[in-house]
Amino acid sequence: MTTQTEFHGALLDAQQPVPAGLSDGKGRPAGRRYSVYRNNVAVSLGEALGTGFPAISKLIGPENFKNLAGIFLRQSPPASPLMMHYGAGFPEFLERFEPLKHLGYLGDVARIELALRRSYHAADAPAANASILQSLDEEGLMACRMALAPAVQILRSPWPATSIWAFNMVPGSPKPQARAEDTLITRPEFDPMPHALPAGGAAFCQSLAKGETFGAALTAAQSETPEFDLGATLNLALSQGAISEILT
Amino acid sequence: MLDTRPGDPSLPSAPGVGYKPQHFSDILNDARPVEWLEIHAENYMGDGGRPLAQLRHLSERFAISVHGVGLSIGGEGRLDPEHLARLKHLVGWLNPASFSEHLAWSTHDSHFFNDLLPLPYTDATLTRVADHIDELQETIGRKMLLENPSSYLAFDESTLSETEFLREVARRTGCGLLLDVNNVFVSATNLGYSPQGYIDDYPLDLVGEIHLGGHDEDEDDHGAPLLIDSHGREVVDPVWALLDYTLDRSGPKPLLVEWDTDVPDWPTLAAECKRAEAALSRVPA
Repeated sequence: MTTQTEFHGALLDAQQPVPAGLSDGKGRPAGRRYSVYRNNVAVSLGEALGTGFPAISKLIGPENFKNLAGIFLRQSPPASPLMMHYGAGFPEFLERFEPLKHLGYLGDVARIELALRRSYHAADAPAANASILQSLDEEGLMACRMALAPAVQILRSPWPATSIWAFNMVPGSPKPQARAEDTLITRPEFDPMPHALPAGGAAFCQSLAKGETFGAALTAAQSETPEFDLGATLNLALSQGAISEILT
Repeated sequence: MLDTRPGDPSLPSAPGVGYKPQHFSDILNDARPVEWLEIHAENYMGDGGRPLAQLRHLSERFAISVHGVGLSIGGEGRLDPEHLARLKHLVGWLNPASFSEHLAWSTHDSHFFNDLLPLPYTDATLTRVADHIDELQETIGRKMLLENPSSYLAFDESTLSETEFLREVARRTGCGLLLDVNNVFVSATNLGYSPQGYIDDYPLDLVGEIHLGGHDEDEDDHGAPLLIDSHGREVVDPVWALLDYTLDRSGPKPLLVEWDTDVPDWPTLAAECKRAEAALSRVPA
């Protein structure tokens, strides 16, 4: 008998012998026929990673990426049949991978790619009508709460992760400057886009995402960045449909 | 065993195509597109965004077949209750014309391999597969079609032929069958039996859909042909011939062209669908 434990154990480990009890249908051992399954699994999972992390593939080169994906998929095969979620552990894997330690930003660029995928599949939500803000006095504004659309993602990085992503993925993007960058991913309709946030903007958005008031979010941003540019942050969020509801 | 009624939805006996998002506009703009589309269930299990918006739009104009590729019906473990719930949700809101899955496994020890892995055909695996199909059909509230796999090897422990296995699963569960004639050709070549003989033994009256696809050619350790079910090129002539052989015995059936890797432009795919239409048109209804 060939159990699925035996069959699957050798799938991801080419050092293991072909499981017993398998033949070519004519009484000869299955041999490399079993390798068809090994190959199918490695190719399909590797392609899923390549589709999910195109910027990483560009940064390290497709051949290196293929080898790296082969190591990762053996350590971390998918835990769910939803391939749209595969690779959640890839950023940490990149950061721990010794030969890539000198490219410290790779993990955060991969986090942007993961977040773009999450955003792509997130629930739809129409943008809030911002005109309501004009009817509020200062007290009312500070007390209101703003719900972020499900497709919105906020990331913080000590690296210029958004600029590195854009430089590799969006033609004509400027060369990245050495600096920390925070990112707001928005999806006005169907195509998620990362935007670099002004300093303090991530603290502001994270506070809103937690359901805190506008005033609390402003305090959080200003205590981190005294010169926090509220206008630029709010304008970015509203113009990109990042705010789905304003509760006064 | 699920009771099915004559009013249950079904696909038209016409060509359909495996839907790829890059063909969205072409399909909508083509004056004479196919009558129905097949989607892979797992690609439409997000919460929103473009995939679901496209699917809602297409489902207003085309009959939709939902084809699962991740339930692991042939798995030794129990079916994933979360995945069953996702399938129920998708089938519930979309109300597709057909739901199908594979005679294969893909999950073990909570690892998903994204491939259709083979199982031996024995009394024990028959009971397990039938139980899983019962559970699925009860969950989604309708009958499913079970697809024959492409085989690259055989299990020494098998005691039933694939056609005996499929016939008995269908008898026990009331499920229908999805006959992939490319898979028949691939398996028959790889394991050294007659593809026409397989069709002769196959319960064609239970077929709710036929699949066509392209395969690659390789060799095993002894230089014997080893065909790989790649869905990455045109359907080859011997598979078209096997389709004719099948349709002569089954009558017209819903006919799907699958092309999943190295996906071509729409005109190339549409040409394959035309060929499928020609194959159907020579069969008396």
